[in-house]
Amino acid sequence: MCAQCLTLFALNSSLECFPNSVANYIDLAPMPDNYFVRYLPLLIHFLVAVGFASVVVTLSWLIGYRRPSRAKMSPYECGMTPIGDTQSRFSVKFYLVGMLFILFDVEAVFLYPWAVILRKLKMFGFWEMFVYIAIFLVGFFYIWKKGALDWAAPSAKRGEV
Amino acid sequence: MHLILFLIFGAVCVAGAVNLLLQHHPIDSALSLVVVMGALAAEYLLLGAEFVAAVQVIVYAGAIMVLFVFVIMLLNAGEEARSGGSRIAWVIGVPGMLLGGILMSWVLLKHSGTGQVEVGSLPGSPQDIGWLLFHDFLLPFEVTSILVLIAIMGAVVLASHAQSAEKKEG
Repeated sequence: MCAQCLTLFALNSSLECFPNSVANYIDLAPMPDNYFVRYLPLLIHFLVAVGFASVVVTLSWLIGYRRPSRAKMSPYECGMTPIGDTQSRFSVKFYLVGMLFILFDVEAVFLYPWAVILRKLKMFGFWEMFVYIAIFLVGFFYIWKKGALDWAAPSAKRGEV
Repeated sequence: MHLILFLIFGAVCVAGAVNLLLQHHPIDSALSLVVVMGALAAEYLLLGAEFVAAVQVIVYAGAIMVLFVFVIMLLNAGEEARSGGSRIAWVIGVPGMLLGGILMSWVLLKHSGTGQVEVGSLPGSPQDIGWLLFHDFLLPFEVTSILVLIAIMGAVVLASHAQSAEKKEG
């Protein structure tokens, strides 16, 4: 299984355009001509997902009963009577969380190419990622201390909902 | 098979982009953009750029779309008001776009020297990218973390301004 994984990653045939230092560190296994085959499960998954969704929706549209009444057509809101505009403004807190999510997501993405060559980088690789994460942690403690991760507390203190 | 899939996903991508422009509601446009991002990821995968494809899904289709939807919620954007489109856009924009497209395809066909390339023959695996990032371009990589640190602080500072403005409004 593990050997399979390794061959999956070693798919570089021509590395002439690379500096020699790079080529030496990358296994020069020939590019398998089954690149497409490796992603065939992904394609099947995609087709099954699209097919299942469209079949279910089409079937329920074809064989389902439709007897609309006023109560059925009214917007459902947890059994309460829907009041007011559906479009209320959301707090800026949502935006802040979305922004922080992107930034830490970008951090996590960099871990992936790092992890696959960690053994080649040896301890140097560990320390460079250590510095990288340390700088990120400064930001993490900053938002923690600023209370950006605290959803309810600041407004609750002032007696607001 | 490659070419067929490439063309299919390319068509999905363009259709999503056109739908994005035609939708009246910003949320519908945002959902079309997810389709565009997903189709682009499939195109990257077909070109042999596995890591870029994964990042396209994780960062663009995932995180950035979440931010887009939150911003639409924040701005409380409803149905767009339709205008006929400005005349300048039709007179200058459309011919300009056509000209630009023709010029670009001509330059690419004439001068880029692209022939046919086998999928995966160019470096694009996670290992290649990792080695470039963590060995050849180590300093720019570490500087990236400082850039993101500044972005984190900027987001918090901007949001706290907005939050105090929210409080004042009631």
